[in-house]
Amino acid sequence: MSGVRILNASGCLDALVAPDVARSLDAFVTKTITPLPRGGNPPVRIAETESGMLNSIGLQGPGIDAFVESHLPRLVGLGTELWVSVGGFSAADFTLVCERLDGEDAVAVLELNLSCPNVDEAPETAAELVAAARAATRKPLFAKLSPAQWDVAASARAVVAAGADGLSLVNTIRGLALDASLRPRLARTVGGYSGPALRPIALACVHACAAAVEVPIVGMGGVRTGLDALELVAVGASSVALGTVLFADPEAPTRIRDELTAEASARGYANPLDAHAVAVVRSEKSLQIAQNGTA
Amino acid sequence: MQRARLVVSASERVGPYTLVRLGRGPLEPGEPGQFFMLEAPGRVLPRPFSLCVAPEGELGFLVDPIGPGTRAIARLEAGDAIAVTGPLGRGYDLDVERPLLVGGGIGIAPLPYLSSRLGEPPAVLGFRTETHAEAAALVPNATVVIDPTLVTEALPADPGDVLACGPEPMLDALAALVPGAQLAHEAPMACGYGACYGCVVPRDDAYVRLCVEGPVLRAAA
Repeated sequence: MSGVRILNASGCLDALVAPDVARSLDAFVTKTITPLPRGGNPPVRIAETESGMLNSIGLQGPGIDAFVESHLPRLVGLGTELWVSVGGFSAADFTLVCERLDGEDAVAVLELNLSCPNVDEAPETAAELVAAARAATRKPLFAKLSPAQWDVAASARAVVAAGADGLSLVNTIRGLALDASLRPRLARTVGGYSGPALRPIALACVHACAAAVEVPIVGMGGVRTGLDALELVAVGASSVALGTVLFADPEAPTRIRDELTAEASARGYANPLDAHAVAVVRSEKSLQIAQNGTA
Repeated sequence: MQRARLVVSASERVGPYTLVRLGRGPLEPGEPGQFFMLEAPGRVLPRPFSLCVAPEGELGFLVDPIGPGTRAIARLEAGDAIAVTGPLGRGYDLDVERPLLVGGGIGIAPLPYLSSRLGEPPAVLGFRTETHAEAAALVPNATVVIDPTLVTEALPADPGDVLACGPEPMLDALAALVPGAQLAHEAPMACGYGACYGCVVPRDDAYVRLCVEGPVLRAAA
């Protein structure tokens, strides 16, 4: 046991099509479940760029009724801890889905997708959506935040104050790619950007939130190796989720878990979790300089 | 899901295309029309290719080097190793009485293996140029047409059981002419195993994943 749990990022694995990959994780996170079935966005939905990829899936999914009736019973059979990603377009949507899942013993955690870049936003703030979910369920709630905000730590404080038990950091960030004739490659023009380019952004967000709140953080964004995962742990994540790397390498969970243990050990950490937040140092000196306005 | 690092045994030019041959390792060739995800060195995502030829001990893929990923794969040399996952998806139903293979451009890729499995039935192939048409040599018993002649103009009056692969306009035209034809589609794909929902095509008022339900789909009857 590495102590650091390895999950998939929501929307990056179908456990019913690839059960072996799901079983290689410490917990499986579903694609986002919305109140009603969704067909998703028109293709083209995928575009690779030099250092990442854009997706414009648009929360294609069965809706909560079909999920509970037909998907959930089959997911239980996997024997892997199950997290359900919850999405919607209003606080009422989050309330509805969380209420439906509250009594489902097989569901360990609800991850609130507060930041899908491919659909219209809910009118409420992230904290209001978390508060709606909190009132609807006693299950642990992880709030998944967007990296596209100036002060992600302020969002983290707000969602934790509203009842979030943990944070999932980060979601994709909106991006655009053009083809040779200078037209958008994705049918819906923009998409969620993920992959290696997202990694420094994820590190900064996890670092900022780890310094701001005292809840567990699932770090994700561009992880391809065990060292990438260890860096997320070092800035304050206690679990790491894999997204784009799963598309290229379905065996990534086992490989990255092994590499994580080796990379931690090479740095003197018997357990990768011993490196938790070692990079989150609030030095007195740097604070003092900042206050004096000389830095 | 089978996955292995395979070593390139040869890479040869076929007109503007490149036929990349890999030692088979532990991977099975699967059914014609199924596909494999090939690592594209230096790129974030692998690329999907249907199996083109399957001689003893080898898997061969026809590559059209049109973008950074396909160019990276076409540049591979004997001795290079890449990660390969497959076979994936659903291939052609080989239980056919009078097969006719139809291919357009790089869409001829699955037809050599399909032809060998069906006893070399007749084929109709369409290409943009004479240079592209050099790839017709990979498919036995082929009638070849060059732009502006379309493959649909070269079909026999009663085409029989059509098994096709090519650009979407060609597949649309075949679907209109031959209900029930087996059509291998193509779409940008991130994972190839049902994870990303990127490769969907509309089917019966819903988007279905080509890598799970296809890439071979029946033309609507």
